[in-house]
Amino acid sequence: MREVKYEDIVKAVRDHIIYSGTNLSKDALAALNKAYEEEESPVCREVLKQLLENADIAASEDRPLCQDTGLAVFFVKVGEDLKVVGGTLKDAINEGTRKGYEEGYFRASTCVWNTRANLKDEIGYNLPAIIHFDLVAGDGLEIEYAAKGGGSENVSRATVLPPAAGREGIVEFVKECVSNAGPNPCPPIIVGVGIGGTFEKAAISSKHALFRTVGTKNEDEVLEDMEEELMTKLNNLGIGAMGMGGRETVLGVHIEANPCHIASLPVSVNVQCHSSRHTSFKL
Amino acid sequence: MSKTYHLTAPLSDEDVVQLKVGDIVYLSGVVYTARDAAHKKLIDLMDEGKELPFDVKGSVIYFVGPTPPKPGDPIGSAGPTTSYRMDSYSPRLINEMGQKGMIGKGKRNQEVIDACVKSKAIYFGATGGAGALLARQIKSAEVIAYPELGPEAIRRLEVVDFPLTVVNDTYGDDLYKIGRAKYEIKDVG
Repeated sequence: MREVKYEDIVKAVRDHIIYSGTNLSKDALAALNKAYEEEESPVCREVLKQLLENADIAASEDRPLCQDTGLAVFFVKVGEDLKVVGGTLKDAINEGTRKGYEEGYFRASTCVWNTRANLKDEIGYNLPAIIHFDLVAGDGLEIEYAAKGGGSENVSRATVLPPAAGREGIVEFVKECVSNAGPNPCPPIIVGVGIGGTFEKAAISSKHALFRTVGTKNEDEVLEDMEEELMTKLNNLGIGAMGMGGRETVLGVHIEANPCHIASLPVSVNVQCHSSRHTSFKL
Repeated sequence: MSKTYHLTAPLSDEDVVQLKVGDIVYLSGVVYTARDAAHKKLIDLMDEGKELPFDVKGSVIYFVGPTPPKPGDPIGSAGPTTSYRMDSYSPRLINEMGQKGMIGKGKRNQEVIDACVKSKAIYFGATGGAGALLARQIKSAEVIAYPELGPEAIRRLEVVDFPLTVVNDTYGDDLYKIGRAKYEIKDVG
């Protein structure tokens, strides 16, 4: 049994939240730079220029990149031979989240679903975090984190297609989702696609797909080919940065696929804005 | 070709009718913040025939919920939120109260576009996700109503050269449709 201290997890979570909320991830920054170089629409070039300047200001002055500092989302791989001492892993992640958001001067953005009352005074600043646990062999602890904003989450969609819809049906569904979203999710966007599993498995896969480094290729040849086809088709929509009309609409398409029921073809599209704030670390 | 203007809020009819979609506006003066929760409260006051917490005539409302300010700063990061959530409220503020400008990001519905034509108002787009950059143009911020709403409280901001693009003008045009049509490549066969 390997032991990890509760307070070490709290500190690591807090520090990574503050750093990634103020320093745009390297992959997103590189993708934005590339989009700026390649964009031919003057109005979108101006938007992209502002975004690059914004990333500079946020990093040099320790300011949140965006006022929507998101909900904290975690994918956690916990080794079966790992023991957290001094508290539970879930509590440690939540406490690290509270500290990160509060001490980083990030926005408290969780509320009661119906009254819309902010939960910061009731259960804690920006709590509860959204945590997906996966139990794995060994004694490791790997935490992937992203801040997920509301604007891009609001245009995300999940469905269950008939198996006959196949690859073409999936491509059409993704295209329709991004087309309908237009300027709303703060393009240029990263598109996470989850295929297969059950209804919720597809949705979780589409979320996890957003954690992949932008600019890396899919290890699966079929999915890589679909990603390339979608990149072209989605950029051809002409939406452009902030929807003002341009070539650079999508920074990346990331697909994760799972085996599914013989009767079903679940598909989920989770959209990430250009301010892709994500990181991963091991303890 | 798009033009560049420097305007000061509150805005007049003369200020807004010269603007066309795609124009760049550097806005200075006083701007009020409100998101959907605050908009709902404003509309409730109108229904009750009560006075609103600020003079809406000629005003520009910025759809934003900023992060808390760091010590010594007037405001935290402050970029626009998605505007469609205000679609059910904006037409009444424009048509009945004389609001002249909205700042946000994302599509508006036909009722808002129609109100911009009928009562001469502008929907400006600011760059979403540029909250640190945009905050630099905000010189002061004061909560004037609904402090219990936290980031969604109504704030009076003083802005200088706040960078905006005209998305919906007083002629019924929509930059999102025009811009996209220009760059769209239709699938072949």
